[in-house]
Amino acid sequence: MSMNLTETDSDRLLAALRAVLADKAIATGAEITERIRVTDAGGPAQGARMVARAWADPTYRALMLADGARAAEALDIPMRGLPPLGVLEDTPGLHHLVVCTLCSCYPRAVLGYPPFWYKSAAYRARAVRDPRGLLAEWGTVLPDTVKLRVVDSTADYRWMVLPLRPAGTEGWDEARLAAIVRDGDMIGVTIPAIAT
Amino acid sequence: MIFAPGSAVRVRDDWPERRGRCHIRTPHYVRGVEGKIVRHLGDFANPEDLAFARPAATVPLYHVRFDARAVWPDATGDELMIEIFQHWLESA
Amino acid sequence: MHDLGGVSPFICAPVDKEPHALTEFDRTVDAIRQVLGQKRIMSVDELRRGIEALPETDYHRLSYYQRWLRAIVAILLEKDAITEAELRRALEQQ
Repeated sequence: MSMNLTETDSDRLLAALRAVLADKAIATGAEITERIRVTDAGGPAQGARMVARAWADPTYRALMLADGARAAEALDIPMRGLPPLGVLEDTPGLHHLVVCTLCSCYPRAVLGYPPFWYKSAAYRARAVRDPRGLLAEWGTVLPDTVKLRVVDSTADYRWMVLPLRPAGTEGWDEARLAAIVRDGDMIGVTIPAIAT
Repeated sequence: MIFAPGSAVRVRDDWPERRGRCHIRTPHYVRGVEGKIVRHLGDFANPEDLAFARPAATVPLYHVRFDARAVWPDATGDELMIEIFQHWLESA
Repeated sequence: MHDLGGVSPFICAPVDKEPHALTEFDRTVDAIRQVLGQKRIMSVDELRRGIEALPETDYHRLSYYQRWLRAIVAILLEKDAITEAELRRALEQQ
């Protein structure tokens, strides 16, 4: 390839690419706008609904652990054409942390766009080798009795964590439970907590 | 042959990136390391061919568990769990 | 270069946990990638290969979606889905 793309201004390059793709009807402006709309509609609130349902309903929990995509669809989260979704179950003795050291694979269907930190070189380098040091940056400290398992998302699955339900949430309805679940809780850098 | 859960395996100590253009999904840090099959996740088209738009055979994909300290003695985690394709695994 | 698990110098770097909201540029590049995937013009595996083929200095100098954009363009040119002449002409008109 003889064109020097690295020296081309990114905004100009994007505008030129859009023009060529539209000219050739490869990707029209309308198609791009529609994908942006659909993608913006996703986000951690979707995954949080699944976690809350799993905390409240043992049958749903079993479904979610067996087949995350079917569990998502059961809550009307669109999964067609998307990678399989695996769910990692935290227990009192086991904590999961998800990373993609090779690129930035992320369970976008249920968590939305990956956050900046998830894509960063520092997160990707450290999560596999120094995960306890990494968690400390989020203020997350695991007791030594808890086994820490890091899941490197390298291939066709996307992974989310089903965290432990925090004490003190007994009797809460699903909406109230979902409201305390953040994206970091479903990747494993943080642990759901009740605001104090 | 499909590896059964619990089988001891070793990731091939192979470095195709040193031989030329390629795309592989087996992280460098786990090559040559022994682990245990957690489960067969299903069969998927080989990304090493998909990346070059070549016809891609379907390959079994496994979740494989490793002792983090077998990779890095200074690791502060306990286990690593990684998706690895069959052609990167041999019995250990 | 892209295979970052456990490697220095990043193993010692703090993580930037600030939110960094996506720009219109970022969303557009992301959406183009999705449309190209849906139409089977370019797979996500090809995108990754394209990103991995960027020179190392560019990989760390460019933003995440700037890398994607360059990889998308390179792959589309390589597959003759678009041509250099078409792109050059469009660049001149920007």
